[in-house]
Amino acid sequence: MDVSSDPYLPYDGGGDNIPLRELHKRGTHYTMTNGGSINSSTHLLDLLDEPIPGVGTYDDFHTIDWVREKCKDRERHRRINSKKKESAWEMTKSLYDAWSGWLVVTLTGLASGALAGLIDIAADWMTDLKEGICLSALWFNHEQCCWGSNETTFEERDKCPQWKTWAELIIGQAEGPGSYIMNYIMYIFWALSFAFLAVSLVKIFAPYACGSGIPEIKTILSGFIIRGYLGKWTLLIKTITLVLAVASGLSLGKEGPLVHVACCCGNIFSYLFPKYSTNEAKKREVLSAASAAGVSVAFGAPIGGVLFSLEEVSYYFPLKTLWRSFFAALVAAFVLRSINPFGNSRLVLFYVEYHTPWYLFELFPFILLGVFGGLWGAFFIRANIAWCRRRKSTKFGKYPVLEVIIVAAITAVIAFPNPYTRLNTSELIKELFTDCGPLESSSLCDYRNDMNASKIVDDIPDRPAGTGVYSAIWQLCLALIFKIIMTVFTFGIKVPSGLFIPSMAIGAIAGRIVGIAVEQLAYYHHDWFIFKEWCEVGADCITPGLYAMVGAAACLGGVTRMTVSLVVIVFELTGGLEYIVPLMAAVMTSKWVGDAFGREGIYEAHIRLNGYPFLDAKEEFTHTTLAADVMRPRRSDPPLAVLTQDNMTVEDIENLINETSYNGFPVIMSKESQRLVGFALRRDLTIAIESARKKQEGIVGSSRVCFAQHTPSLPAESPRPLKLRSILDMSPFTVTDHTPMEIVVDIFRKLGLRQCLVTHNGIVLGIITKKNILEHLEQLKQHVEPLAPPWHYNKKRYPPSYGPDGKPRSRINNVQLKPIAEEREETEEEVHLLNSTTL
Amino acid sequence: MAGGAGLCGLLGSALALAGFVGLVTGAKNFEDVRCKCICPPYKDHPGNIYNKNVSQKDCDCLHVVEPMPVPGPDVEAYCLRCECKYEERSSVTIKVTIIIYLSILGLLLLYMVYLTLVEPILKRRLFGHSQLIQSDEDIGDHQPFANAHDVLARSRSRANVLNKVEYAQQRWKLQVQEQRKSVFDRHVVLS
Repeated sequence: MDVSSDPYLPYDGGGDNIPLRELHKRGTHYTMTNGGSINSSTHLLDLLDEPIPGVGTYDDFHTIDWVREKCKDRERHRRINSKKKESAWEMTKSLYDAWSGWLVVTLTGLASGALAGLIDIAADWMTDLKEGICLSALWFNHEQCCWGSNETTFEERDKCPQWKTWAELIIGQAEGPGSYIMNYIMYIFWALSFAFLAVSLVKIFAPYACGSGIPEIKTILSGFIIRGYLGKWTLLIKTITLVLAVASGLSLGKEGPLVHVACCCGNIFSYLFPKYSTNEAKKREVLSAASAAGVSVAFGAPIGGVLFSLEEVSYYFPLKTLWRSFFAALVAAFVLRSINPFGNSRLVLFYVEYHTPWYLFELFPFILLGVFGGLWGAFFIRANIAWCRRRKSTKFGKYPVLEVIIVAAITAVIAFPNPYTRLNTSELIKELFTDCGPLESSSLCDYRNDMNASKIVDDIPDRPAGTGVYSAIWQLCLALIFKIIMTVFTFGIKVPSGLFIPSMAIGAIAGRIVGIAVEQLAYYHHDWFIFKEWCEVGADCITPGLYAMVGAAACLGGVTRMTVSLVVIVFELTGGLEYIVPLMAAVMTSKWVGDAFGREGIYEAHIRLNGYPFLDAKEEFTHTTLAADVMRPRRSDPPLAVLTQDNMTVEDIENLINETSYNGFPVIMSKESQRLVGFALRRDLTIAIESARKKQEGIVGSSRVCFAQHTPSLPAESPRPLKLRSILDMSPFTVTDHTPMEIVVDIFRKLGLRQCLVTHNGIVLGIITKKNILEHLEQLKQHVEPLAPPWHYNKKRYPPSYGPDGKPRSRINNVQLKPIAEEREETEEEVHLLNSTTL
Repeated sequence: MAGGAGLCGLLGSALALAGFVGLVTGAKNFEDVRCKCICPPYKDHPGNIYNKNVSQKDCDCLHVVEPMPVPGPDVEAYCLRCECKYEERSSVTIKVTIIIYLSILGLLLLYMVYLTLVEPILKRRLFGHSQLIQSDEDIGDHQPFANAHDVLARSRSRANVLNKVEYAQQRWKLQVQEQRKSVFDRHVVLS
């Protein structure tokens, strides 16, 4: 992968001050236009010098340093607090600052709720556009068109004269094979044109708008920078194309992309508040809250959204963020509710209203559904990752538009003949979730009716299935196979595509089939001992809709490996407390079964496929390596590239920067003593030197660069020294070379470090970056642990540099002390993403 | 820039939509409420659906089901089986949303057509000869913004307000081009 050759990808963060660098290869020719307001003076840095604009920002595809960002924020907070007393204006400013967190989540909630409403309404309308059009009011979808109509009948509820199918409009007949073919053709035509529009808009305007976005948001929240991923164009295009993609009938959902849309809103609004726009760590708090708002509007489940943010996407989730997420979810849900996009006074299409009880023996089929969900999840992850890897690595990935068109064509051609796949997926789920009351007339509820007329509506006993049910089951089986296959190929094509809805649909279909089977079993064999107690003749004991719900939760759990948040989401959909136990049982089973085949969920799998630098907090590190084994430089590498604190010239540093691609350099006292002084980032160095050359007089190539407190005495004729103490990080994280990697990994995870220096007796030996750790983890995964017996690890470990007797070995072998030869090697958080082919 | 305008339109209209809803629900359009009663088959009467504009408190079988299909003594039994639901919607919201959506989509499509078809032709005419010589390879790969680098360099030499707009546009194009490279060619993200 040649990413490293060009790390300076352009910036489109959605703010006003967008920096642009000319894309000279890499080097000192910066044209910085950004960050005028960034004040980089932290307590880590020296306050004497003027802050240089741009110092303390990050490049594209780099990892942020959480510790540094948090310090920066605390410093800013202290500054505002100390000024507070000075004047009323400063007081107002501090109040504004204190409130800006709540303000930004409020705005985010408002915007994401409104956008979700827009997407819902537009997607419904466009989906129905494939069938026909409402002649009396073009902007109504099918259901709204027949809203006030009195011509609907009990059997054909969705027919009304205002709604015209395309066949009626074009060839003038509503029935017969001719009209069927005409409708078929129009269906395919619309599906193809929506898909084509979606993919070409994505390709031309915002390539980052494709996919579900959750893996990337997870990575971003863990501290990665992808410029433009949450920008305004991404938001615009994602919103517009999401509608098209859903309407094209592809096997995808809008829930995952809604999270991305909400995060874009959060990012854009955070630019209004300096507290968030200048601090990447604080911005991620807003994004956490935004993702909660996204799920809140996607499922109408505000609490589920907060838990989703906590369990699935967020990396750093303090209590304050929890409350803000809660509030953002509330605001978003409220806005969506007042838009009322489905006309049912609910937030989602497929809520459930029944409260029929369930019985203990039903846990068995529920657990079976859980097993199915786990198997489906494992299969889907394997198959989809294999397919995506193929797309990534072979030539086939070069034709994204063609791929989308082909997938859409196949989907449309196969989906139309089957009424269950022709439906919008959300509506399919709704139909599967619904219980068969006396009011239902669909073929799924075509039971043989032998109840006598005096019975009350609510309590319908189990009935034998009629022919309609049997044919519906066949169609559902076909729909299940079709959905399973198409979803594997659909997730990952270059249109906005979410996974929740298709997964839920698959689970709901399977669950409904199982439910009907159990129901019929109970009806025909009500004398079996398991049924005897609960299912007498004429009792209503099995609710197939409940099975569909449990199946949906199980399948979603199998794919995403969520547990708590998923149960809460589904529970909020249904509003029935009594179904929590079945849902928990099914979701837990599906997680166990899925984990047996592979521990990662689909999002982690995609993160790994793309090689994003994501340190998963859920994984345990069980190996026994030491910091010295992981640090760079390795033995075979050239020595570490370092700066000395006061005897390098500007030219030396520029050469070093041009010759290496490392993102930071340790600063040492001198070549002789090698003791650590601090750490300077490449980006800060280039910016500082560039700005010094422009603004300060007398800075030339031979000027000394001085990181020390006091300028060394120089010969009289030499040019003025350049003081760069202000960009030096005086408190870099260090570990000793014998620190176990367990601890290092933990430090990286918990503190969100970007790099860590390895020292021995205060002498810099090397550096460990997040990327080194990820590579190390990958290596360990591939080469299974050494063959030492397990008890070996329980004993006190002697690091490799100790002899068997526990005494220190002579240190000749160690990397670092190639005596005083010029050290110019240094690894740092490398620019490029991990090369996935090595993963 | 169309993108900025589109986005402002989108966000603005989304917020306006939220405010609008309050307004609409205040002055309720009469067509926007309905009471829908679904009555299942009863004895020899087929199932039926009744639909009426009544207020929420009148939304029950007795008020909505007209004419009553069953004789007096059976009315109660018949009505027990019917399920009446009061629903409301905002047709204005729907109309406004669809119109906003379609107009943004239309603008984007126009801009897309302009960028992919019209602009290359204009470019060729304006810069004609020199363009063709220096960007042989650019023409080869059919990227709509392939010459953004050149234009960027050119536009930066002049500096007036109009060029600032152009500069912003070119900068955006450059960004999209980079995104496209990393998504579609190098497959480093989002594959």
